[in-house]
Amino acid sequence: MPTSRKLREFCIEKTIVLCGMAAVVFVILIFVFLLREGVSLFWQVPLSEFLAGTHWYPISEPPRFGILPLILGSLIVTAGAACLAVPVGVMSALYIAEVAPSGTRDVMKAGIEMLAAIPSVVIGFIGMVTLVPFVKTLFGLPTGLTALSGAIMLGFMAMPTIVSIAEDAIAAVPVEYKHGALALGATRWQTLYRVVLPAAAPGILAAIMLGIGRVIGETMAVMMITGNSAVIPRSLLTPVRTMTATIAAEMGETVKGSPHYQALFAIGIVLFAITFVVNLVADVFMHKIRR
Amino acid sequence: MRPKTAEKIGFSALFLGTCLVIVPVVIVLVVIVKKGAGAVSWEFLSAAPLDGMRAGGIFPAILGTLILVSGAVSIALPIGVLAAVYLNEYASAGRLTRIIRLAIINLAGVPSVVYGLFGLGLFVGFLGFGVSIIAGCCTLAIMELPVIITASREALNSVPQSFREVSLSLGASRWQTIRNVVLPNALPGIMTGTILSVARVAGETAPILFTVAAFYLPHLPKSIFDQTMALPYHLYIISTQIPGMPRDLTFGTALVLVTMVFLMNLAAIFVRIYFRRKKLW
Repeated sequence: MPTSRKLREFCIEKTIVLCGMAAVVFVILIFVFLLREGVSLFWQVPLSEFLAGTHWYPISEPPRFGILPLILGSLIVTAGAACLAVPVGVMSALYIAEVAPSGTRDVMKAGIEMLAAIPSVVIGFIGMVTLVPFVKTLFGLPTGLTALSGAIMLGFMAMPTIVSIAEDAIAAVPVEYKHGALALGATRWQTLYRVVLPAAAPGILAAIMLGIGRVIGETMAVMMITGNSAVIPRSLLTPVRTMTATIAAEMGETVKGSPHYQALFAIGIVLFAITFVVNLVADVFMHKIRR
Repeated sequence: MRPKTAEKIGFSALFLGTCLVIVPVVIVLVVIVKKGAGAVSWEFLSAAPLDGMRAGGIFPAILGTLILVSGAVSIALPIGVLAAVYLNEYASAGRLTRIIRLAIINLAGVPSVVYGLFGLGLFVGFLGFGVSIIAGCCTLAIMELPVIITASREALNSVPQSFREVSLSLGASRWQTIRNVVLPNALPGIMTGTILSVARVAGETAPILFTVAAFYLPHLPKSIFDQTMALPYHLYIISTQIPGMPRDLTFGTALVLVTMVFLMNLAAIFVRIYFRRKKLW
């Protein structure tokens, strides 16, 4: 029955096209639903007050929805994590891609994949019982739940992303470049940081962007170890609260459709926008290296 | 400084940097195993929590996580594989493919808690599923999509073009070629990617916070519209919300969760090795 087969294949192919669009549809749906639930907050609280307001008192009377402390909280934790993860991550990527003997390389890659596989709630728990008391005694603080503890743990969580993507970029550098440098009498180290590193730079930048993207969006670990105090952070050694942790911690207590509920969705919009831009920039860098 | 000395110093620094990544991983794992192993017993794995979580086992949480991940993967796998088929077999390189690729990258980068918000808005609220297993599965499924699509597309792409040409030249239609020739040969890659995506969502907490997770449920879920406990959320609760929680039970829960995730990763590795040996081309 050739016609029924044709009809069936026609349906199947249409389904395939439909599924092909799924990713686009879901990105749009996510954006639409964040807007749908969150945008009405801005009828009551102007955007400028929302983004630049310094007080996050969602349940006081009247409530105040200024997310500047939360943005700064995310920023300080992310910056701290980047200071740790970027140099160490790039160094490991260089070592694994160019220096390590192949046996060592496999072990190290396995170790990094294991790190990537540990769920964030487990990292948060381990941070709570090991790092937090350590930071507390080391600096003589009233609490070890600080931006610093969060930054250290998040730095580790960003490393698998940075290492594996940067390593791919380094391995993709044409071998002729290296041969050329070595033939001119350069040592392996000189070749590495004068030839390979600049050649792989766009890919490494992309890796860093994606690592930072992961840190900004990280929720559970950061909620468990940064202390959750929604005030403008003055140093790395004070408790802070990030945007992600605020959503996760407060959504359970809100009433659907209340200004508080809307404000949490509005934070979601901000987060979505930030990660969107970060991923876009990373992709531009990735394209550069492919050419 | 002599170039050779510089090289030694440089390489040593790189090595130390790498150790800075690896050593903490080892420490974390050793700590979890050492402190958690004592708590894990058959009773711990098969009983329900007692005394406000401070005693008993974690069976409902384990079961909940298994239900959630299997539900999520059965939604995400068909969509993801078909999407990959579209991208690799049907779509031509153009603006649309570029937009789809960007969408996939973005989907992979959306913070997990934003997925939770989305699930709350669409599945729990708009579609009226309520806080339920089905809402949680759908949310997790969308998180799995980018991983499954990317891995499946790579697997499809690695099937040699000549396989398709032979099949088409024998009179098979495009879909018959895909179903009987391309997909079977791409299966190992698809399976590896899928298992890895399952391992990833099994440990996710933020997306299930508002869509399905129950603090404590005295009975096991009866339908897909019930709430359920889940292992990562349970770990979060007992490590932050329960005063006087015995630490060894918390470590035991962490150990079970990590073991589950690692076993799935191992399974993915074995699939890859097994099929690579059997590969015909």
